[in-house]
Amino acid sequence: MQKTVTSPLPPRDEAYNFAYLDEATKRMVRRALLKAVAVPGYQVPFGSREMPLARGWGTGGIQVTAAVIGPDDTLKVIDQGADDTTNAVSIRRFFARVAGVATTEATADATIIQTRHRIPEAPLEAGQILVYQVPQPEPLRKLESSEAETRKMHAWGDYGPMYVRLYEDIARFGHVATTYSYPVLVNGRYVMSPSPIPKFDNPKMHMSAALQLFGAGREKRIYAIPPWTEVKSLDFEDHPFEVQKWDEPCALCDAADSYLDEVITDDLGGRMFVCSDTHYCEGRRDAGHRGRLLGTDAGRALTRNEE
Amino acid sequence: MQSISSRSPLGKGFGDPVLASQRCFRLILAAMSEPGTVQLLGEAVEAPAHVSPAATLVLLTLVDHETPVWLAPGLDAAAPYLRFHCGAPVVDVPSAAAFALVDGSSGELDLGAFNSGDDRYPDRSTTLVVACAAFEGGQGVTLSGPGIQGTRTVSPSGLDGGFWPMVAASNARYPLGVDLILSAGERIMAIPRSTRISVPTEAG
Repeated sequence: MQKTVTSPLPPRDEAYNFAYLDEATKRMVRRALLKAVAVPGYQVPFGSREMPLARGWGTGGIQVTAAVIGPDDTLKVIDQGADDTTNAVSIRRFFARVAGVATTEATADATIIQTRHRIPEAPLEAGQILVYQVPQPEPLRKLESSEAETRKMHAWGDYGPMYVRLYEDIARFGHVATTYSYPVLVNGRYVMSPSPIPKFDNPKMHMSAALQLFGAGREKRIYAIPPWTEVKSLDFEDHPFEVQKWDEPCALCDAADSYLDEVITDDLGGRMFVCSDTHYCEGRRDAGHRGRLLGTDAGRALTRNEE
Repeated sequence: MQSISSRSPLGKGFGDPVLASQRCFRLILAAMSEPGTVQLLGEAVEAPAHVSPAATLVLLTLVDHETPVWLAPGLDAAAPYLRFHCGAPVVDVPSAAAFALVDGSSGELDLGAFNSGDDRYPDRSTTLVVACAAFEGGQGVTLSGPGIQGTRTVSPSGLDGGFWPMVAASNARYPLGVDLILSAGERIMAIPRSTRISVPTEAG
């Protein structure tokens, strides 16, 4: 049975301006967004505001979403791929209350998708906007702590130290050991942090049909990738970029093409691998795909109320 | 209508500043994200003299007390309108402007006079709202780059013969440069600095 995943229109809380932010703040964020789109991958400073939740919980993404969202939008929010975890649920509820927008768990139904650390498995379509919550926008920060210096490195395209870091991984481990926040080169010019998405998701950023916007609230930076933009994960000719692979498919929906989370099922070494993208996994189960542990106790613990 | 406009020289701004500006912004964002696509800004607005409704809506959406505006000669009638509705300072020096309202048919237009940002802060550049006659019928130029799948050919009319070579030269300085929002009637098209422009060599 197909479940209803799009909520009915909630009433808007009239005590707040539409989408919480005041209009001057929205204009400031909007101007920053346009410059970010005009210079893909470049970090635009913006006047990040206090939001009604702690910095580090997605305030940058929320401010970007608040600046673009309108009453006709349908919002999806995911946290590590899941629609039903605390951060996703509370941000969805926040926008339902201050903007009165429809919310959904269905990737294809959403016009705006705010995400923490994943890109949905279903390919995004033209017209959709993906808003990333970014903790650390500066890909060079671990190599150079000074903002004045990293600005110069970006200005002059001085990305040698980043390649040295990747090379050191290869010298030590035989491969690049970075698995998330894997740096990318955008439009052949700026090295950019893709936010802590797994490197599995990096290829989805390349030539995406959707507009990708990034907001870092604590660090006060906005950046963007327009649709149909080249996004290349940094690599070497003799060590080309590779994504993670798993030995087994999803234990719930049998998907072999999605990003899997490891779930410990007991204290005897039992484990299962399940899709990180909960809506993708549900969709496949609804379509009749059955994984190894679907219907067992371990599987039921992760499949909410469905049978 | 004549009597109303003579009593109140300033036209109306947004009817619904919150939602109308949001709708306009989304269309401007779509235009900037996919250079060369035409977006229709359909909000009702009473534009100042010699300024198109679309250009007026772009300025109402993005301009405020934080953004100095420069007006090209002949468009200064817009100054009181922008001061009243946006609280925007109108400046005399193009390089001091965050936004500029210019006429694309003018041979006087010099993109080099505006702020093209610096290598550490390329975002501090001027955004130009450029008036043209229409989005068809002019010289065809081919666009490529971010936001464009392959190439896209556009042919706005009413632009000076030197316009596209000047934009191409400006965009060759990427990531420095100015971002353009062309306007005609109620429609806009954006040419950000990331767009590569190929102008046919034969004069047309």
